[in-house]
Amino acid sequence: MHTSTPTVALVDCNNFYASCEKLFAPKLASRPVVVLSNNDGCVVARSAEAKALGIAMGVPWFKIAEQALQHGVVALSSNYALYADMSNRVVDVLSGFTPELEVYSIDESFLNLSGFAHLDLAAYGQQIRQRVARWVGLPVCVGIAPTKTLAKLANHFAKKRPIFDGVCHLDRLDETTRKQLFSETAVNEVWGVGGRITARLAELGIETVEVLRTADPEWIRQHFSVVLERTVRELNGTACLALETIAPPKKQIMASRSFGSAVFHLIELREAIAHHISRAAEKLRAQGAEAGAVTVMIRTNPFKPTDPQYQRSVTVPLAHPTADTLELVETAAAVLKRIYRPGLAYHKAGVMLSELQPAGARQCDLFDHPTQDARRHATMQAMDAINQKWGRGTLRAAAAGRAQGWQMRRERLSPAYTTSWAELPIALAR
Amino acid sequence: MTGQPLSSALLAQPDLPWAALDPPPVLIPLGMTPVSAGFPSPAEDYADRRLDINDYLVRNPVSTFFFTVRGNSMQDADIDDGDILVVDRSIEPAHGHIVVAFVNGERLVKRLHRQRNTVALLAANPAYPPLELRDGNALEIWGVVVGKFKRIPA
Repeated sequence: MHTSTPTVALVDCNNFYASCEKLFAPKLASRPVVVLSNNDGCVVARSAEAKALGIAMGVPWFKIAEQALQHGVVALSSNYALYADMSNRVVDVLSGFTPELEVYSIDESFLNLSGFAHLDLAAYGQQIRQRVARWVGLPVCVGIAPTKTLAKLANHFAKKRPIFDGVCHLDRLDETTRKQLFSETAVNEVWGVGGRITARLAELGIETVEVLRTADPEWIRQHFSVVLERTVRELNGTACLALETIAPPKKQIMASRSFGSAVFHLIELREAIAHHISRAAEKLRAQGAEAGAVTVMIRTNPFKPTDPQYQRSVTVPLAHPTADTLELVETAAAVLKRIYRPGLAYHKAGVMLSELQPAGARQCDLFDHPTQDARRHATMQAMDAINQKWGRGTLRAAAAGRAQGWQMRRERLSPAYTTSWAELPIALAR
Repeated sequence: MTGQPLSSALLAQPDLPWAALDPPPVLIPLGMTPVSAGFPSPAEDYADRRLDINDYLVRNPVSTFFFTVRGNSMQDADIDDGDILVVDRSIEPAHGHIVVAFVNGERLVKRLHRQRNTVALLAANPAYPPLELRDGNALEIWGVVVGKFKRIPA
């Protein structure tokens, strides 16, 4: 058997959230649409029309609302139920095109196309686009290259340059064209090159992809890091990053959220913290792990500089690693009590579970209670099973409270078109 | 075909979706009866999967969406107010299909009439005139209706 050159495709949905919204709402067809982050805070997705109006990614909605509404912009809350279902559908379609696929994010997947060299891969990319558009109704772009870093870049070209018609197969371009594209593209478009590295590279005169690509990898490692060296090698077609078809277990689990309206009292903060712990502990158990440390974070609203500002985050190690919601809630509540200051308008609270290790890996010591642990373990299993069947939060620690007035604000939420019988789109028979 | 993995050989056929080649997942009743010293259940060898209404109504789950009908313009096509439509986007719309279409900012359920140079959306109720589509009418055939269902109060 001959070894074939590795080939990776990155398939990325265009304006994913905004496209999902438009798919079910014909009234939005040619209108500028933006989707807002949690609590209707910042713009996190923009339709092509909204981009054309010059609305920037990440801008707080309240800053542009008045002007945007004058231009007929429609702003929507994040409809996670809809996006998650549509994302799964896209992945299902894509898995029909390759036996090996990495779901990289809600709107991006890497497809292993090594061994498909007998196909015209650019045409294959068009087939992918057409099938996702037909079956699921969402526009995607495809970047095809020998490495993940190059596939990301190819996808960027496919998206930004109309000449590619949504599919860029990097190896099919002639040397001159490729060099020209790389020379016209800023380094920060490269996967993993963030703001800080971009600034440092600029100081050294490395501002375009082409200059970075032709830099000496050894020199890059000495002046930056092994990670950036790997990026340079990937830009030259040497695959250093494997496809991660199984998500590696998380090293930390975070849960945090801004409040719908300001929260003042310890008791409400404690409910929010207990709620976050419950969610995080559920995830912890789902990956078969226990946490060795708990972090609790609270802060006021930095966007209201006239309010007194306060923020505090404290991490405490646990005597014994655990995945027990009740134990974790107890610890977090004690930490919260230590950092809480009365009289402040709290805007956000969060928790992080860290120092994760496989459950059951620890040794018993003098203070362990094996039988009690087994009972608690059974309780947690029952709790997860019930919550999975009857909906999140059916069973929860009493500390998580009942009112939950601090829950997310989502005033502009569209229906859960595909996941709720009560919210199906209406087809008019008239 | 030699030297080529089976999967890519299958994929190389242009319009044959992978999904159609795979049989639907079957739940195998593993360990249905515990090992016991007595007589095994005489029905064990006949254990089969219970009927699932999805298999009957849904051909291609990833491309299938549901819509609720409002109105009675499709009553002669057995589509009534309150019915839930099974809409499949993977089917190529053709003359005579019942479709969900987006027209001028509205979601409509109609019968697609497409012959020679005329495209029209027809109702299945004499009280509603056909909707002829000329330039300027924004028409998008969203998906093809392949089934419907409803609950009956009891």
